Amino acid sequence: MDIVWFLVLSALIFCIGVAGVLTRRNPLVVLLCLELMLNAGNLALIAFSRMHGVLDGHVFALVVMVVAACEVVVGLGLIVAMYRRRIPIDVDELSELRG
Amino acid sequence: MKDAQAFGWLILAFPLLGTLLISLGWRALPGRAAGWIGTLAIFAAFASAVGAFLALDGLGEEEKAVTATAFTYAASGGFEVELGILVDPLSVFMSLVVAGVSALIHLYSVAYMASDRGYVRYFAYLNFFVFSMLLLVLAGNLVLLIVGWAFVGAASYLLISFWYRRSTATYAGMKAFVINVVGDVGLVIAAFLLFDQVGVLDWAGVFEGAREEFATNDGTLVAACLLLLVGAFAKSAQLPLHTWLADAMEGPTPVSALIHAATMVTAGVYLIARAHPLFELAPAAADVSAIIGIATVLFAASVALVVTDLKRIIAYSTISQIGYMVVGVSVFAYGAGLFHLMTHAFFKALLFMAAGSVISAMGGIQDIDKMGGFRRAMPFTFAAFTVGALALAGFPLLSGFFSKDEIIAFTFNRGGAYAVIGVLAYVAAALTAFYAFRMVFRVFSGEPVAEARELEQGHLAHHDPANPMTGEPEDNDVGFPGAEHHIAEREWPMKVAMGVLGVLSVVGGAVGIPELTDALERFLEPTFADSAYIHDHPSASAELIGLVVGGVIAIAGIAAAWALYVRRPGTTLALRDRLPALHGFLAHKWYFDELYDALFVRPAATFGRLGRTVIESAFVQGLIVGGATGIVRAGTQFARAIQSGYLRAYALLLVIGLCAIALYFLLASS
Repeated sequence: MDIVWFLVLSALIFCIGVAGVLTRRNPLVVLLCLELMLNAGNLALIAFSRMHGVLDGHVFALVVMVVAACEVVVGLGLIVAMYRRRIPIDVDELSELRG
Repeated sequence: MKDAQAFGWLILAFPLLGTLLISLGWRALPGRAAGWIGTLAIFAAFASAVGAFLALDGLGEEEKAVTATAFTYAASGGFEVELGILVDPLSVFMSLVVAGVSALIHLYSVAYMASDRGYVRYFAYLNFFVFSMLLLVLAGNLVLLIVGWAFVGAASYLLISFWYRRSTATYAGMKAFVINVVGDVGLVIAAFLLFDQVGVLDWAGVFEGAREEFATNDGTLVAACLLLLVGAFAKSAQLPLHTWLADAMEGPTPVSALIHAATMVTAGVYLIARAHPLFELAPAAADVSAIIGIATVLFAASVALVVTDLKRIIAYSTISQIGYMVVGVSVFAYGAGLFHLMTHAFFKALLFMAAGSVISAMGGIQDIDKMGGFRRAMPFTFAAFTVGALALAGFPLLSGFFSKDEIIAFTFNRGGAYAVIGVLAYVAAALTAFYAFRMVFRVFSGEPVAEARELEQGHLAHHDPANPMTGEPEDNDVGFPGAEHHIAEREWPMKVAMGVLGVLSVVGGAVGIPELTDALERFLEPTFADSAYIHDHPSASAELIGLVVGGVIAIAGIAAAWALYVRRPGTTLALRDRLPALHGFLAHKWYFDELYDALFVRPAATFGRLGRTVIESAFVQGLIVGGATGIVRAGTQFARAIQSGYLRAYALLLVIGLCAIALYFLLASS
């Protein structure tokens, strides 16, 4: 199969992820969409790895998964902490950085 | 040698110590403690000056110029300045006069200023002034002289504006400071010119270098001497830089006695005497100085005839008397000029102290038109004032008689055109005697005024506090004169100070009676030994004739004052109505203030306003400051707009950035 299809799928998933991150207000969904973006990247890495016939892309994909797992741990922890402190679960409400 | 050095430093150390003690410990000093500390410090300085005098007396004739260096102050290339003093007969003489009179004035102030809320501040300033003045006279080189010179100007500013909530006093302080700075600039440029030619700064080196470097009346040297004179005339209130001294009377009366009569204003005379080898090499400059001196004598004496403010009369008298001293040192009669400096310090300080006592009795009023008949109410003050006035008038056998006539005898001795100066000096002497006794008769004789009658009953008059010049109401809080007034009859420190000065005013002439006791001249001789005129002395018969003429003129002046003010009291008023133009001219002090106002003050003020409206507000504020803040504000506005605080906005920016980078690489690779 031509590598182009893999890359198109990867790009589609990535764009869905970006759209989700940019538009959704629930941090849980934002986190999910981030995962989508990461996995789109993983897909591209593995596709290139197959094309070149080396295992480096697989290794990178595994590293990204570990990072994603860590990120989820921190992200979910933050969301739970916010929930416990009765802070609204809405990223637009967290706008203290406004200049 | 060693003793003279040690005493020289001690003269400076005591007033400095007093200043520091009073100014640092002001919170802990109860009652009159600050006054006594200050007085003690100056008495200690006087004792040190006596020590230096005795130490110098023990040295040989050639060794009587002891220098002492604490450390090298600045050294770069050929330029070397040492923090050094010069102890020689001239500086010791000046230290004795300055410290001695200052000590008595401190003593007087202990009582006179007692109820002022700024008592401690007053003595800190006063001690600082004495330190600066002694630094000036003991300075071993031109740089240290300039330092002392500037310190003295600063101290004078602080003391004139001592009552800082009185607007006339603060203006007077500014005026004095500005005019003194004009003089400072002259002095600094003169020092630069001398250093440029000679390459050293200590006195002996400058004189030696000048003798090798310059021919008689060399252009550069004359310029340097004229610039020295600018400095001297600004400090000594000579024409045309005299206008500050009369206004300086806004300060407390003891300050007028200390700074503006006895010590600071004689700094110019000291400078000319100190730099005498330069002036002898540049006789043209010395002649200018003598002419300005005699012009000042006549000018100030004429103004003193019509001014009605008691302190300002004495101030103009001071300007006039310093003119005599300037004439003396400018015709190379150093001993005579400095002799008059000393006797003038005695009787003028005495006159100011007595005037202060009278002003206190008047409850702060200074106008002699409102005074009269204080003779019975204030016998001690009357006696002191009369002694001072007699000495000022040059009444036979009092101190002013010998010193003034000594100067005049020397001017005649120089012969030629100098005789004109001598004749004018006699004219001014008659005016002096007249205005001195105008004060005495107007203040002490005649019908007692209400204040005098009250004082005879034992009550000190008390008015609502007001500015004596403008009549503006004041209070007694800090920054204004104190609530209580003090007169010599009731305060022993004032009595003692005036008594000592009174005795000195009477017998002070004894150190310089021609042919009998030339003690002062002999003592000063080592300093002036290099002068070409040191043995150019008037003959005994000329001196005797001069003394007789001077005595007759003094008595005639006093008699005229008696005739006009006691025998026929209305005569002067009639005279004033007959000659309104002349009276107006004199009462406006020859329109000097108005002239300077039009020439300097107004243009400067206009320029200042122009600067404020055009340069400051339009250019600096509008363009530079406004432009810079405008750029920063626009930049920050943009940065603020980006910082929305929304997570998705940041994410969008990231995406856009990423896309831009990707696009760049795509375009770059194709």
